[in-house]
Amino acid sequence: MAKVLIPTPLRQYAEKNDSVELAGSTVGEVLGSLTGQYSELRRHLYSDEGKLRSFVNVYVNDEDIRYLEKDSTPVKDSDTVSIVPSIAGGRRGD
Amino acid sequence: MATDVLAGPATLNNEEILRYSRHLIMPEVAMEGQLKLKQAKVLLIGAGGLGAPLGLYLAAAGIGRIGVADFDVVDFTNLQRQVIHGTKDVGRKKLDSAADRMADINPNVEIVKHETALTSENALEIISDYDIVVDGTDNFPTRYLVNDACVLLGKPNVYGSIFRFEGQATVFATERGPCYRCLYPEPPPPGLVPSCAEGGVLGILPGAIGVIQATETVKLILGSGEPLIGRLMLYDALSMRFRELKLRRSPECPICGDNPTIKKLIDYHQFCGVPQEGEEAGAITNWDIDPAEVKARIDGGERLVLLDVREPHELQICQLPEFRSIPLGQLPNRIHELDTADEIVAVCKVGMRSARAAAFLRQSGFGKVRNMRGGTNLWAEQVDPKMPKY
Repeated sequence: MAKVLIPTPLRQYAEKNDSVELAGSTVGEVLGSLTGQYSELRRHLYSDEGKLRSFVNVYVNDEDIRYLEKDSTPVKDSDTVSIVPSIAGGRRGD
Repeated sequence: MATDVLAGPATLNNEEILRYSRHLIMPEVAMEGQLKLKQAKVLLIGAGGLGAPLGLYLAAAGIGRIGVADFDVVDFTNLQRQVIHGTKDVGRKKLDSAADRMADINPNVEIVKHETALTSENALEIISDYDIVVDGTDNFPTRYLVNDACVLLGKPNVYGSIFRFEGQATVFATERGPCYRCLYPEPPPPGLVPSCAEGGVLGILPGAIGVIQATETVKLILGSGEPLIGRLMLYDALSMRFRELKLRRSPECPICGDNPTIKKLIDYHQFCGVPQEGEEAGAITNWDIDPAEVKARIDGGERLVLLDVREPHELQICQLPEFRSIPLGQLPNRIHELDTADEIVAVCKVGMRSARAAAFLRQSGFGKVRNMRGGTNLWAEQVDPKMPKY
């Protein structure tokens, strides 16, 4: 089971979990298990065409899967899969 | 813009030598490094959460010229995290408040106030006067604008971003490094990611991230250590963990890649799909209703279902007299709890989330849905002055 780290903005769609252990031998399979478990996450991770959204990056350990084998990137049991969406906050709070 | 601070020969007077004593006795900074700091020109974009620690520490460190770009006014809700401003500054321009505080910390620093929103028209001109840009903005259009301007001008962009308990920091747009577009080619569509105003932020978080940005700024100027280039630092205050991810320059990056297609600044509001300032927050849809009217109609005996779409913990801050609670995120799954025959008035804190709820319900066949303009904050103004605003 790989560990998937869920970022703060998406935890509300994953029953407030910050990480989940999921089965799968590739990134695509692991994220498939994730969105299978939390269906609301799907539209936040994937576009209508089923492509990973361009403001969401996925890393296996510290490597960006865009520079590995994307969805087919192999995942081992000891690996950590991180979902890192863009956040903009900083200046004001009105 | 020649100035006294930077035009003169680079030396330190006795007051400065005493002031920077703890730098001067470290070989990694020493006189040479302190003079580099004195000759450096740094632009802070935003004098808010991230800008506050940045302004304080960069002024204290003795940066020769610090530009600050901001056009906002200090608000009570800022004081929980924007430590450069005090209670007495509420209502003042952030620019004036920040400049006063920085001048008090270190009168040797020249502070340049840019009282403007950074735009595609002025960004290149403003940024070109500086060596390093530090991005402390709160919105995607400005993020992409700052990134593109820095790439086009070849200026390092010290990046920080925060949300609730989590922050990101890195250094973009150096000669050898990636840029923001390499990390995120496109912004999220508006509404998909909550802002700090909607999602909240731990007051100390921008301190931690801003101090990382200040550290990286000073390191870039000194040319020492291992800069945070090609590495994305993630900080989670709740678990108190730092993680580091690899960041690469993308050969396909539209602005810093091998075949760039963006050669000048573009329309960033359009790029981000964000309505221009005022359009969204102030927009009055034909199904908007004022709190005063809601109250009058209830008092007149009409049956309105007030649907509060705020989060459960927000209901502890203030509540309307009678309401149904369905947090916005749960609305799609709980829509069957509502009756299309009812006249429903969606409510939130300021009227933004409820506008989304109203639009969603209208699309789902609820023809009589209204949106309470201005949320509970406007209710407090128009109907119940005892109700707290937040």
